[in-house]
Amino acid sequence: MNPKGNGTAGGVLLEADKLTIQFGGLRAVDQVSFVVKPGEVYTIVGPNGAGKTTVFNLISRIYDVSEGRIVFQGHDITEVPPHRIARMGIARTFQNIELFEHTSVLQNLLVGRHCRNHTNLLAEVFFTPGVMRQELEHRQRVERIIDLLELQHYRDQIIANLPYGVRKMVELARALSTEPTLLLLDEPASGLNIEETDDLANWIDDIKSDLKITVLMIEHDMRLVSRVSDRVLAMNQGRVLAEGSPAEVQRHPEVVRAYLGA
Amino acid sequence: MGLAYFENGSYSELRDAGTHPAQMRPGRGASVRARRAGTVWEDGLEVLQLLIGGVAQGCVYGLIALGFVLIYKATEQVNFAQGDLLMLGAYVALTLIVEGESRGWSIHLSFWLALPLTMAIMAVFGYLLDRVALRPIIGQPQFAVVILTIAMGFVFRAAAGAIWSTEPQTLATPFTGKKIVLGGLVLGAENLSIIAGTVILSCVLFAFFRYTRVGVAMQAASQNQLAAYYMGIPVKVIFSMIWAISAAVAAAAGVLLAPIATIDPNMGFIGLKAFAAAVIGGFGSLPGAVIAGLMLGAVEPFAAAYGSRAGLPKGVPEVSSYIFMLVVLIVRPQGLFAQIYKKKV
Amino acid sequence: MRNIFKTSYVQDIRLFEHGGHVFWYALLLIAVFAAPQVLPEFFLGEMSLVFIYAVAGIGLMVLTGFTGLASLGHAAFLGIGAYAHLYFVKQGIPFPAAIVMGGAVSAAFGIAFALPALRMTGIYLAIATLAFAQIMDQVFTHWAAVTGGARGFAVTKPNLFGWQTTTETQFYYICLAVLILITLGTRNILRSATGRAMMAIRDSEISAQSMGIHIARTKVTSFGISTFITGIAGALLAHKLQFVSPEAFDLILSISLLLMIVVGGLGSLHGCFYGAIVVAFLPQFLALVKDVLPPSIGQIPGLQGGVFGLILVLFILLEPYGIYGRWRKVRLFFEVFPLYRRATFKRQRGYLKTERMR
Repeated sequence: MNPKGNGTAGGVLLEADKLTIQFGGLRAVDQVSFVVKPGEVYTIVGPNGAGKTTVFNLISRIYDVSEGRIVFQGHDITEVPPHRIARMGIARTFQNIELFEHTSVLQNLLVGRHCRNHTNLLAEVFFTPGVMRQELEHRQRVERIIDLLELQHYRDQIIANLPYGVRKMVELARALSTEPTLLLLDEPASGLNIEETDDLANWIDDIKSDLKITVLMIEHDMRLVSRVSDRVLAMNQGRVLAEGSPAEVQRHPEVVRAYLGA
Repeated sequence: MGLAYFENGSYSELRDAGTHPAQMRPGRGASVRARRAGTVWEDGLEVLQLLIGGVAQGCVYGLIALGFVLIYKATEQVNFAQGDLLMLGAYVALTLIVEGESRGWSIHLSFWLALPLTMAIMAVFGYLLDRVALRPIIGQPQFAVVILTIAMGFVFRAAAGAIWSTEPQTLATPFTGKKIVLGGLVLGAENLSIIAGTVILSCVLFAFFRYTRVGVAMQAASQNQLAAYYMGIPVKVIFSMIWAISAAVAAAAGVLLAPIATIDPNMGFIGLKAFAAAVIGGFGSLPGAVIAGLMLGAVEPFAAAYGSRAGLPKGVPEVSSYIFMLVVLIVRPQGLFAQIYKKKV
Repeated sequence: MRNIFKTSYVQDIRLFEHGGHVFWYALLLIAVFAAPQVLPEFFLGEMSLVFIYAVAGIGLMVLTGFTGLASLGHAAFLGIGAYAHLYFVKQGIPFPAAIVMGGAVSAAFGIAFALPALRMTGIYLAIATLAFAQIMDQVFTHWAAVTGGARGFAVTKPNLFGWQTTTETQFYYICLAVLILITLGTRNILRSATGRAMMAIRDSEISAQSMGIHIARTKVTSFGISTFITGIAGALLAHKLQFVSPEAFDLILSISLLLMIVVGGLGSLHGCFYGAIVVAFLPQFLALVKDVLPPSIGQIPGLQGGVFGLILVLFILLEPYGIYGRWRKVRLFFEVFPLYRRATFKRQRGYLKTERMR
């Protein structure tokens, strides 16, 4: 569904280089560096308050970095305004679901198409054939995602009426509607039971292999992490603890001490 | 509004002439009296006199803004009817002090008895108002409360017109007509009473929130409702009590204001400027609201008196408060003492 | 119970969901076009007012109902549109162009207000609009060269490209035409990307931004669209009242507009129409009822305002979804009879969801 994207210099899709952000006296993220390769599933783990979501907020430009840079597909995006990030190919989900509560699932997903939209206001007022074509195309793409995540039953239901697990799926679907190259998932399995987590694992596999989207994930569920991740980064108190394959990181003594326990 | 150099300068003459800032309806400006040039001393006195009048006016703004922010801090409800509560308070006091008109009562309470009684009556009214009209819509978006309180304002104005008639009335207090003369300075006792009353009320409220259990409970409820519930604080009752206090403060402001303005159902429009003060203060702090009110009140008479000389276009003095507020908001969109935080996602 | 069998996406995108809708709307259109043949002129005048209020309501609904930006001073834009339009007419510009230009001037003011106001949220923005309205009131009063000052001036009937309209009926059709055009245009915007972007901002600014929506641009666009429509309504209102003065565009009118969209049903175009009917016919209704009420209630000068307020209070407390919301409940009742459950629309009992974190 998505081209690999150009500018992946030497097998690097996203590079975080000594990312630092300071809130007053607190360094929430301190000299964090990592590299995400195209096509892989890269997971960030760590205790609460480690700064994982803050890293996401830095990448999606909700926060400004104090030091460091972010390079995506060869472009330095450290200063890019937040609304341009989606068009560049980075989509994200939120830890506490940030869906549009008062509209339907379909409308939520259609908003996701906004960064791929080419109509202008004047054409929309008259609803020209061009606008109609664009709307149909958006609908078709969104339906493909609905099929992938099996949300057909919920298409026209208002978000406020949906159960939590379904909302999580809609959040994922909405991120996918933006046709991303890199997908940021913030604790996608939180609040899901074992079955739902297994489904999620399958979907992440599908996203990686069928849709060819690179996934950068924050997760606590180590089973899920081991199952889907290619590489793992462990953080604690804003700093990097360890990086490597899931098995390596889980064995790392510092990670065990700070996070996993014996 | 300028301070004309009368032969026997007196505030009540200005009031009767309809040029007092308290009588300014939104938009309908008062004429600027011509000013005869005086000596530096006289200029200085005039400035001081304008200032005191402005500060008194600002105290009224401050009290309304105080009640407004009180409710907002605790309940996040915006009470656009605060000015109309002031109006109702003035009318209640009027009924108690002057004879209760068409009812054939003759109550004739003394001012000093009527003031606390008015505040008590309005406190009960505020409590019931919250209980009946606002408690059912807890949890609804803020917009609903905005509309609701605006609508309540309309109802109050119509009701006041029905109960007390729309003829402007006056209320005489122990301060009416009295002056304190310091050198060449003529200080109206009414203005001084407003300032004194505001100071007293502010101190009482400060002590209340600091030192009483109920006050501390109110602070807790305002910062985290759910946690307050867990602590056993009856949050909804607390909210009603806050409305009661707010209404009492508004009533006090109404009684203090009554002597220097006329009492009619539209006197609550003064609340609009008080909202500007609350916004400038940022809804975040009670002293901030009062200070902002004082600032606005102080600026207005100067804008009116010297505005045309300074080249300001006509009509600017009447809306100087709003312009000031817009400037503050543009520079600092959350007001001076911000209470809006960036949502952590 | 109607089950709509959909066979193509176009059915979801186009204006009318199914044949039944088309039928009823066509019927409504025929009734409305034929009305002048049947109804007395006075009634036509009232209907024109309904149309004008509906246009103004659509303007405010775009901003407040769909983008979530409350405006307590929208009457100011009615005034700007009216005065600008009349100024252009006085310069000899033909009526249709003058109306559009009046709307454009109103939009310019709206955008000029919106740009510095972008960072203001919720209640601060609402109070800022109030302040703006008070300031515009002073501008109307003192900029006598354009507005005729506090005294105002009389307004002649519209003159379309040399054809001087004279009757109430002609004005009725003009208002109707404007209303239909505005409604269609707005409907189109709402079902396209811009409309979705506005509604996204209403519900969650942060995730709207991460979907690629330019928050500032969308808000300014919304202001621009809203004030353009409201400006056009103001121009029509001037012709309807046949007199303009600053007092015509006061706080009461702003609140009436708000009443319109809240009572009608926030967040739906239908609501504008229902609300317009209520606001336009309320004074007439009160005049009728006045004689029945006891004098102590019936004769007070502020009665209209008081009744306004009472209606709003009752709606907020009892039916926050407005008339349109109530209609949807009624319709659902009949559609799923006898399986209707009241809980379908029940609001979640919520703890205060703080708006201090956005």
